[in-house]
Amino acid sequence: MSLLELFSVPFMQRALIAAFLVGIAAPAVGTYIVQRRLALMGDGIGHVAVTGVAIGLWTQTSPTWTAVVVAIAGAVVIEVVRERGHAEGDVALAMLFYGGLAGGVFVTGLAGTGASRLQEFLFGSILTISVDDLLVTMALSVVLILICVGLSPQLFAVSQDPDYAKVAGLPVRFYSILVAVLAALSVVIAMRTVGLLLVSALMVVPVAIVQQLTRSFRMTLLGAMGAGLVASVGGLVLAAALSRTGANVQPGPSIVLVALAGFFLVWPIGAWLRRRRALVAPFPETSPEENPVDEAHPHHHGEKCGHVAVEHGDHVDYIHDGHRHAAHVGAEGEHYDEH
Amino acid sequence: MTRSGTRSTVPADVPVQLAHGDVALSGRPVLRGVDLTVNRGEFVALMGANGSGKSTLVRTLVGLNPLSAGRLELFGRGLGSFHDWSRVGYVPQRSTATGGVPASVWEVVASGRLTHRKLLRPLRSADRAAIRAALEVVGMAAYAHRGVAQLSGGQHQRVLIARALAGRPELLLLDEPTAGVDLPNQQALAAALGRLKDDGATIVLVAHELGPLAPLIDRAVVMRDGRKAYDGPPLSDADVHAQGFDAGHVHCDDAQAPVPNPAVPTPLKEL
Repeated sequence: MSLLELFSVPFMQRALIAAFLVGIAAPAVGTYIVQRRLALMGDGIGHVAVTGVAIGLWTQTSPTWTAVVVAIAGAVVIEVVRERGHAEGDVALAMLFYGGLAGGVFVTGLAGTGASRLQEFLFGSILTISVDDLLVTMALSVVLILICVGLSPQLFAVSQDPDYAKVAGLPVRFYSILVAVLAALSVVIAMRTVGLLLVSALMVVPVAIVQQLTRSFRMTLLGAMGAGLVASVGGLVLAAALSRTGANVQPGPSIVLVALAGFFLVWPIGAWLRRRRALVAPFPETSPEENPVDEAHPHHHGEKCGHVAVEHGDHVDYIHDGHRHAAHVGAEGEHYDEH
Repeated sequence: MTRSGTRSTVPADVPVQLAHGDVALSGRPVLRGVDLTVNRGEFVALMGANGSGKSTLVRTLVGLNPLSAGRLELFGRGLGSFHDWSRVGYVPQRSTATGGVPASVWEVVASGRLTHRKLLRPLRSADRAAIRAALEVVGMAAYAHRGVAQLSGGQHQRVLIARALAGRPELLLLDEPTAGVDLPNQQALAAALGRLKDDGATIVLVAHELGPLAPLIDRAVVMRDGRKAYDGPPLSDADVHAQGFDAGHVHCDDAQAPVPNPAVPTPLKEL
């Protein structure tokens, strides 16, 4: 079967649709999670959701919906503990994570279901996604994307500076819990794609990729959604292509590895941009002393001279052999001062 | 001019009225029996040593710290029934205002318009004009599309002030805007606040040292140990630190301890 033929198979088409939407939605929520400096929150919710899935398997109901309920409960608890700001808050969260994972495996044992059924949720099984699950995933993804983009001014303000947002009259607690609930929902929709143990990677890594290049929140949000989409669909196609060679590569890990590869590809560009910005950061506006450059100047500094131009108050300095040269018109014509 | 419908003990045009305010943080009493009235158009400096309660007081005035006793009214309404937050601008201490994702100067200042915007609506041209004007006032218009992480401390401070100004507030409260800011930036800040004062804004500012802001101040309030120690005409920085507002007081059980004599400078103070 060629790769193109593989895309005409219904289960692969379902997988592509799920990967497409989850790849956009998870990083959109992830941008707010990273902005709140809670990059590990997705991992925490993912661990707690394991118990939700296990309860679904045990009670023979839909693991998706039991996971939604338990993940939201876990996310709200995490947010409340964080808001209280207790010194032992991180220990409480760690215990919540362990309890969630251990509880899930334990309940799965009670149910008598094999570990392989739970493994579908731990590491993803996007190729076995049913039509019903796909519809739920599509609906939740669209809701998440609309909220993350539509409420971005409010969610940005609350995540950037909660004190200021409160004085601006915004319901800060409501929006904070909303972000936690969004995170829980994105964990659940992504668990079929990348699995509960890797779900946080799809929320965080695309943000880490684009924020090396961006200067504004808006570009970071949109860029992360694009990067997530490329990683998610790209990882799925990579896994499918490799499976034709006889390998048995799961899409979940390959999606995460494609995202991480993207990070390391972009990293040198980000490092160069950061260095460039540091170089052209304006010098403080003090009145400079006049120190004429002694040696005859071989050329005129300007846009095309190749030396780094840096704003300095009302004029421009050029970085020349580690010195700062500024053009100055004196009585005997133009010369350069050392600033 | 009194507004009908505001059943209140103070006229509606008194921006801040705090009566017998007590504040406890995590159960520890921090502010005790503070009375403070700020009249329209006044420029009040809250001063005092570290830990004197001046930052706690300004956070209380904007509703971030709940009162354990006493009553706070903003524009003639009790805090619980005050919803007109577009009339209030707040500039927090710089350290509290950072996120883990890049944000541009424009975006941070734009969040100052949220008190005027409806949900799910894009920025209107009036919002854009207010954002541009606020950036002009603090002299940061050329930096609108820079990332806030690239700014110096003083520039970041001016952006936070622009954010508060973008909402066109009548009452502006600033928490230590001059802390860690170099002299040129302090002068730019003083120029911006001077323009606001001329436009009739009411300003309450927490400061350790006034520096270039000193000529703007109408009234100084000095906090000591959670109580108001002085309320009156402006003092020089030297007066605030010299008139014993800084020194701790002596309890009965400390009576054995030597009482500091302000006339004899200790070597440490000389340093």
